[in-house]
Amino acid sequence: MEHTSFLFGRLTLDAIDPLKVFLHPVSTNLIILSGAAWAVVLGGIFVFALLTYMGWWKPLWDNWFRSIDHKKIGIMYIVLAFIMLVRGVIEGVLMRAQQADGLHGGFLSADHYAQLFSTHGTIMIFFMLMPFLTGLMNVAVPLQIGARDVSFPMLNSVSLGLTIAGAVLVMVSLVFGDFSTGGWTAYPPYTGVSFQPGPGPDYWLWSVTLTGLGATLTGMNFVVTIYKERAPGMTFFRMPMFTWTALCTAILMVFAMPPLTVASVMLVLDRYAGFHFFTNALGGNMMNYANLFWLFGHPEVYILILPAFGVYSEVTATFSGKRLYGYGSLVVATMAIAVLSFTVWLHHFFTMGQDANVNAIFGIATMLIGIPTGVKIYDWMATMYRGRVRFTVPMLYTTNFMVLFVLGGLSGIILANPSIDFQVHNTLFLVAHFHNVLIPGVFFGMLAGYTYWFPKMFGFRLNDTWGYISCWCWSIGFGLTFFPLYVVGLMGMTRRTVSFTNPAFEPWMLLSGLGAAVLSFALFALCVQLYVSIRDRETTRDIGGDPWGARTLEWATPSPAPHYNFPAIPHINAREAFAVAKEAGAGYQAPKTYSDIHLPGDTMMGVVMAVFGSGFGFGMVWHIWWMALASFAIMALSFIGRAIRGDRHPHTVPAAEIQAEHEAWLEKVRAITPVTRDLELKQANLGVAAHEYMEAAQ
Amino acid sequence: MSTPKNLSKEEAYKHDLKGYVTGLGLALVLTVIPFSAVIFGMSTGAALWLIAVLGLIQIVVHVRYFLHVDLSPERREDLHLLLFSGLLLFIMAAGTIWVVLNMNYRMMPGMHMIGM
Amino acid sequence: MSSATDATYQAPGIAYGAAEGHHHDRAATQLSGFWLFMMSDLILFGCFFATYGTMLGKPSLAGGPGPKDVFEMSGVVIETAALLLSTFTFGLASIAIKYDRPKREILTWLIVTLLLGATFLGFELKEFITMFHDGAVPQRSGFLSAFFGLVPLHGIHVTSGSIWLLIMIITIAKNGVDDLTKSRLARLALFWHFLDLIWVGIFSVVYLGGLA
Repeated sequence: MEHTSFLFGRLTLDAIDPLKVFLHPVSTNLIILSGAAWAVVLGGIFVFALLTYMGWWKPLWDNWFRSIDHKKIGIMYIVLAFIMLVRGVIEGVLMRAQQADGLHGGFLSADHYAQLFSTHGTIMIFFMLMPFLTGLMNVAVPLQIGARDVSFPMLNSVSLGLTIAGAVLVMVSLVFGDFSTGGWTAYPPYTGVSFQPGPGPDYWLWSVTLTGLGATLTGMNFVVTIYKERAPGMTFFRMPMFTWTALCTAILMVFAMPPLTVASVMLVLDRYAGFHFFTNALGGNMMNYANLFWLFGHPEVYILILPAFGVYSEVTATFSGKRLYGYGSLVVATMAIAVLSFTVWLHHFFTMGQDANVNAIFGIATMLIGIPTGVKIYDWMATMYRGRVRFTVPMLYTTNFMVLFVLGGLSGIILANPSIDFQVHNTLFLVAHFHNVLIPGVFFGMLAGYTYWFPKMFGFRLNDTWGYISCWCWSIGFGLTFFPLYVVGLMGMTRRTVSFTNPAFEPWMLLSGLGAAVLSFALFALCVQLYVSIRDRETTRDIGGDPWGARTLEWATPSPAPHYNFPAIPHINAREAFAVAKEAGAGYQAPKTYSDIHLPGDTMMGVVMAVFGSGFGFGMVWHIWWMALASFAIMALSFIGRAIRGDRHPHTVPAAEIQAEHEAWLEKVRAITPVTRDLELKQANLGVAAHEYMEAAQ
Repeated sequence: MSTPKNLSKEEAYKHDLKGYVTGLGLALVLTVIPFSAVIFGMSTGAALWLIAVLGLIQIVVHVRYFLHVDLSPERREDLHLLLFSGLLLFIMAAGTIWVVLNMNYRMMPGMHMIGM
Repeated sequence: MSSATDATYQAPGIAYGAAEGHHHDRAATQLSGFWLFMMSDLILFGCFFATYGTMLGKPSLAGGPGPKDVFEMSGVVIETAALLLSTFTFGLASIAIKYDRPKREILTWLIVTLLLGATFLGFELKEFITMFHDGAVPQRSGFLSAFFGLVPLHGIHVTSGSIWLLIMIITIAKNGVDDLTKSRLARLALFWHFLDLIWVGIFSVVYLGGLA
């Protein structure tokens, strides 16, 4: 058994990665390993120094970390997603580079490579896509339904804190010890204590458990928000499509996260307390893990994709200048996908040994999901049909999505056939398939949403040139990287191998490596876009709040939206209500009377969860029991304390202040010359749209 | 709680109290029967059926008399939520048992899987 | 007010007619959130139940003790009775609050509920200690792991419910009953009844199913 000290648990000097490069013979592998650790340490120091130098700690603390404003929480989620995206892409590129050289053994050790694919998957799913979509939901949903905030603002902050704590653990694993080598699914018995006694799987377990808890709470929060906080007149069938998909995703979060919690708690009991849920010995059954994990894992795929579908719906309607085609069928399709997603989990382990009848039933259920998804694709195409489509950046992501996602969906239908799955399971064909649905499907949707709602978050638009460059690089880079993987997968190349011996794979691997280079340029372009956009923000101001001539309620407020969202709760009497109001010349109105707005006060709970959640996870990973116990006690007691005391600093915005702000804004709007869509990307677009070919939506 | 509107306060109190007493009575009966069946050694197969059926009925009793979810319009949302959760629970639990027992059976043929 | 509302519904698309005319029932919103939490919890229990169901075969016993060797009928009868009665006494507390009965009556029923909950926990703990004493530890077999995953999970829930109940008793004794207390107690009642409902599943599936 490993030595455990009271103060440091199992943490020893050998486990500190930045030092490794000085203690062992130098190799490329080691330089990368220690280099990543140094990057985290120095990056942390740099950010800390920068914030101190600029004097940003206090404003961050006052206006952001303690904030319960859903828009700010959403932005912080998106910032987290971007940080994790950078790491995830770098890891992906490293893996492609390794395999491009894989015939000659490459430059990474097998163990390091295994850590890379484990963290890459874990990060991209749990700490990039999930925070990204949660961020967009936070930013857009309350505005779209005409609410003041989410139903439980304090809990929203707690969710963010827990998600950050999970992400911190994954980052910390670069500096202290190794991450799991068991893939993002962490199948036991390989992740059990007899095969990986070290901290790796524990890092995975605690980071996923913390963020999973955060996601469950987010789900509950958004279901209740959408049920209870809709503005008067906003019936279910008047809700914007993105809100519908957010509702279905939130429901999936409430019901699909528990199996993950159960699977990880059981694995924790196996690893820490010697239970036999999934072990080889004494009656454990590792098949139960695969079953529980995918009971979560499959709905998770739809947790990710549904909000992206929602973004595409909004973007297609807005940039085609038309009412969304087939609203009813889109709603029904979304709900059908949400329910069906619970009936197909077995297709992730067709080859585990159940009989052919079981496989056939789950195969058929899987193929059924293609039907509602197909309905959606047709609806979007029909929305574009005879519209005057403007190929802005979000729209370009959407059209590229439609082409590429259909290919990925079709390879999914192929995999849904158990007899074919037996041939290609565990090959790069599968890797190509899920990247094909997750990158053009989810990630493009997130980027489209980010570009689309950016002016609503910050009051200026993103730079278009770099946006186009980035979009095309993501699209082309994706194709170059992953289409070759379909080929080598069919040729029989297994996934998760550090090297290979068949020379026939090499040309495809080189092509794929080239694609990875294009993808890294895409990431670079995305960063440049952000920098250039902030630098040139005076040329892309959005004052009127409606830069895209859009159709739903969030565009009826100023950009960035005031913290109380609307001067008075709007009354809704149409679907795509803002488009209807603009059509009637009533897009910008003053309330007849103003009244005080009561808002909940700021809270420390998010910070407490982030700091002590990380402390709890770190303590558990390294068996530093005092740290784990103290952190857990602080989290629990502050939560109970907050529950007993309630909100001690509720905050009232006086009617006069709202009136002054709103009327000043209306004054500005009247002074702005409305622009036609031809000028949409020009400096003249100050966020007030001229009447043109907008079709009434009743 | 679906207390009729036209009752006086004292009558409404009695009505609600009666609800809890009824719930307790039904739950007691539905608990005592399966316990006695096991204690007095009913044959295993019949006892399992009895336990399962009475257990399900008791859950309905609890939902109706203690959680106060019934067919009335004001509780419709909660009822939908419960039924939806029940559906998902059924899919997950029944699916798990079906799939894993099927695998167990095929992995280790010839062994009695439910062999307590 | 009514004229403003009329104007509102004639306006195309959006109208800011009646300012803040949106009535907000905070307690109902919180209750809905709590329902969702419970349903999420229900799935959590469901997964433990299902796993337990797959762990009853001979291979999972790994030659160790089975249900008939480790379960004692007498303890389960007392635990079941205590929990069922506690759900009833909590119901009495709920209607005492609803009909503004004296504080003393409310507190009495809540304290009886707490004592019954403690009785349940005590007997459950005694059962676990006996099992440990007999070598029926979770590390012994897959079956016992599944048992010690499911049943103590319910026990932990009852423990947190009891702590919550204790806090509520102290608050009511100190500050009396206000709207906030009522709303919190309504949620706790829901939680307590829900835990009894889960117990129906546990005694049916685990104990009676195991001993039949």
